[in-house]
This record gives sequence, structure tokens and C-alpha cells, in this order.
Amino acid sequence: MNLDNIEKLAKLSRIELSEEEKKSFLNDFKSILDYIGQIKEVITEEPPKEVGVLHNVMREDKIDENQLSSKEEILNNVPDRSGDYIKVQQIF
Amino acid sequence: MQKINLKELIIKKAKENLAAGDFTARELAEAYLKSIEEKNKDINAYLEVFDDVLVQADRADRKIKEGGAGALLGIPFAVKDNILIKGKIASAASKILSNYRATYDATVVKKLKESGAIFLGRTNMDEFAMGGSTENSAYGVTKNSHDTSRVAGGSSGGSAAAVAMDGALAALGSDTGGSVRQPASFCGVVGLKPTYGAISRFGLMSMGSSLDQIGPIAKTVEDAEIIFKAISGYDALDSTSFPEKMRESIRNPKKVIGVPYEFIEHGGIDKEVLQNFKTSIEKLKTNGYEIKDISLPHLKYSLAVYYIVMPAEVSTNLARYDGVRYGVEVKGENLLDTYNKTRGLGFGKEARRRIMLGTYVLSSGYYDAYYNKATSVRALLREDFKKAFAGVDAIATPTAPTPAFKIGEKTNDPMAMYLADIFTVPVNLVGVPAISVPSGRTKNGNLPLGLQLIAPWWGESTLFKIGRMFEA
Repeated sequence: MNLDNIEKLAKLSRIELSEEEKKSFLNDFKSILDYIGQIKEVITEEPPKEVGVLHNVMREDKIDENQLSSKEEILNNVPDRSGDYIKVQQIF
Repeated sequence: MQKINLKELIIKKAKENLAAGDFTARELAEAYLKSIEEKNKDINAYLEVFDDVLVQADRADRKIKEGGAGALLGIPFAVKDNILIKGKIASAASKILSNYRATYDATVVKKLKESGAIFLGRTNMDEFAMGGSTENSAYGVTKNSHDTSRVAGGSSGGSAAAVAMDGALAALGSDTGGSVRQPASFCGVVGLKPTYGAISRFGLMSMGSSLDQIGPIAKTVEDAEIIFKAISGYDALDSTSFPEKMRESIRNPKKVIGVPYEFIEHGGIDKEVLQNFKTSIEKLKTNGYEIKDISLPHLKYSLAVYYIVMPAEVSTNLARYDGVRYGVEVKGENLLDTYNKTRGLGFGKEARRRIMLGTYVLSSGYYDAYYNKATSVRALLREDFKKAFAGVDAIATPTAPTPAFKIGEKTNDPMAMYLADIFTVPVNLVGVPAISVPSGRTKNGNLPLGLQLIAPWWGESTLFKIGRMFEA
């Protein structure tokens, strides 16, 4: 692991880091990866296909009137809105 | 009105007093508000005390007068800041959600409201429940009321400290790797991590989705049981919630408790904690329990597995915080730059560290070596527990390897901080229930310690039974 790896991970994670933090994260990652690397010594089989016991949890695709929040309450949390629209910066 | 002795109060007694008219729900709530006003400036358990506490209390008083039932009618609660209460701020102690106002009630909150509980406020925590000391909060550390130079534990440190300082009769926390049990142990109160799927997580901010459970923090095992009964149950709104008919426990009334001695004594454990644990084991023996030395061969890999699986889930769950639909936005030159700045400045150091670690273990080229391998070891650990529970009713360990540590002691060494969870994380990895019960104090500093009891899946009643006997 080196500083280039840290920069790539920060980019993939959509996180801006200062130069100083990149160095301190590199340091942390080395000791954490060293610790978690000990699982490599365990003899294992194929990983299970599912982590949990429940599978294929389905529900009807219909609106539950009791679960509706008001449009205004939801839009009040939007950092940048224009009327009933959420504003985002230009993408293309 | 009689003077309310908050120190001695438990849920059952409070309900008797309320029913008999010894004091009203309003007077009880006022007593807690006064206690919070006195103590919170030193402890920092609460991020916010709600402005409608007395309105809620008056509503409870009207119901009491009408002879209304409700398992928690008039009981004042503190709620961790990652659980939604409609109309209230829920920030997960993060800057990125500092202005987020919940638009609906979490199912646990809905159930508490139906039971008549009163919400005093929202409690401090490690940001997004990531940490073992509440030092990762964007709003300052929560101090331990037994020694204010020490942490209250975490991540539900505010909830545990609120109960310990008599700032609430009970509280809700969340537990992904020990975040209810460890602060309960540090603060000298009871904390329960129920079976995975027992309590609905609808309205709990997701951290590690295969690990998270909401749990009660209370003064006694009986109180924890009362709250557990009020908030557990199937919920169609949570796809990890277990249908009632699948909630079957192994019946194994042998009065045998297993202890993985080799693992417990293997380095890292404080001498006084180990001595206290041995005393706890003697107490269980005196009460007629046979103690069996058990071996869980993969237990020593738990923390390594946890620090792969959990960050992987964190990195996906926290992808939603982008400053577009809610929370705080930090504008950049373009949308990508806005994401980078919003998340770079909005998340604290530990959140960013775990998101990036999770991104790493899930990235192409490392996925098999880390995530897949960890998932395989996790399956082996589950088998270890299954085999062990064929011969014991419960497993006992200390809750944490040390008593509450000094503020700042571990903040520059993440790996040292992670080791504080060594006894609690295996429980979340396999999904079984566990409880932390106070087990005495250290001789050096008079700090609380806790005994962790672990039962098989859906064996909460076993925990309550042994726990009640132990605390007597």
C-alpha cells in the first residue's frame, strides 16, 4: 500500500483528503491491513451464497398510505431546491 | 408529591408510583429534565433535549387518569441520534446530517410511543455509530459519570451515560459490534444486543446491515426485558426482520455455562478485568451453574473478519450521503467536486477511514482475498457457536478487555481502539443475542465492569434469567 493507492481509494469513495491526511491514513491502513490479513491462514471453503438466513423477502408493490411522509417535509431536507425540484449541478 | 429518588427508580416501581398517584408523569419528566440540566454540561450525554417533553408527559398523565394501559406509560427515554423520531433532528452525531429532520418514526419509536414512553432527547454517539468511545462524535466526547477524565464507551456512549447519570430511566442504542454492550459495561448499566432480526431496524440509519441491531440500555435486567418485549417483533418494513414463527430457540435447560478460557486469557486483557471475571464465574457456580471450558476455534479471527465485513457494508451504506437529497452540501466546481467536498468535510476521520477501507476490501483484485475470505471464516465461526450451544445454555466472557479508558488514550491508534471490541464483535458476526450486566468495580479507580452473557439465537429469555440471578 502506498500514497497512490490511498489517492485512488479516496477518488473511488468520493472523499477529498488533505495531503497530511493521506499520509496518516496510509499509516493507519498499514497496521489495519496487517491485522485483518491474519484471516489468510484459515483454511476455508467457498463462501456461502447468502449471509443471512432469510431469503427472497418480497412484498406487494403497492403504496401503504400509513407510511406516506408529506412532500413538503421531505423537500425541506433538500440542500438546494427549486420549487418541488431538487437542484443539482450540470452533469453534461 | 413525594420527592422522586431517581437513583433508586426502575421501570416497574415508576409505573407503580404513577398508577398510585405518588407523582405524575409531568413531575417525573421534570425531575429528569432538572437532573439533565445539572449534569449534562459535564457529561455531554445529550445532543438535544426536546422542547415538547412536558407536552408528552401531560398526554401520558391524561392516559394514566383514564386508566390507560401501556407497558411504558410515562417512562422517560433517551434515544440515540441515529434513530428517527418524526419531526426531530437525527444527525448520527455527524456534520453531514447536522440539519436533517426525520420525516417518519422508526418502528421502535412508533412502538415506544404506543407503549406510552416519553422522549427526553437525542443522545451523543460516535459518528454513524463508528467507534468505541464517543470520541468520534462531531459534537464533542461524552464523559463517564464515574470518572469524567474517562470515556463513556461507544458508540452508544450518550445513551449509556444518560442512564448512568440519572438523565433518563432507560435508553435506546444500536449495536453493530458491541455499541450497546461496551458503553453499558463502562457506565455500570445493563445493555442488550438482541438476536439479529428480533427488533425492526426501519428508521435506524444503516451502518453494517448484516450486523446492526437496536438494543435497550437500562438500569436492571428486568427493565431491559420490559423494553425488549415492547419493541421486538416482526416488521414488514424491515426485510431483515424475522417472522414470529421462525423465532425458535434451542431449548437446553442444563444449567451449563461455557467459557472460552483460552481466548479470554490470550493477551490484551486487563488484570483486574480478568480477576473480576473469575469472581463472576464463581458467583455463577454458587448459583448452581456448571462451568465448562469450551473451544471456539475461529473466535480469534472474529475481529479481523469484522474489520473486513463491517467497513465493506459501511462503504456501501454511506454512499447515500452525497449532499443532494438531504444533509449538508459543500458546493464545488462541478457535481463530482461537490460530492468530494461534501463527503470530505461532512464525514469525520473515522467514517472516512472506514469508507475507504471498505472500498479497498471490495475492490477488484482484493475482493476474494478479503471480503470473500472473511465471509467464509464468518460461516465457520457460526458453526463453532452452533456446536458450542449444543452443550451449554450460554457463553460467558467479560464485556470489554478493560474498564473505561482515558479520553484521548486511543484516538491516534485506530487498531488499539478496535481491540476494545474483541469480546463483543463475534456476537454480531453470528447474530446471536448477548447482554452486558454490571459485575462490580475495579479496585483501582472504582470503575464499573461488565459480564457478557451470550445465548443461542432467540435465547433472550435465557439471558434475562441468568442476568437477573447474577445481578441479585
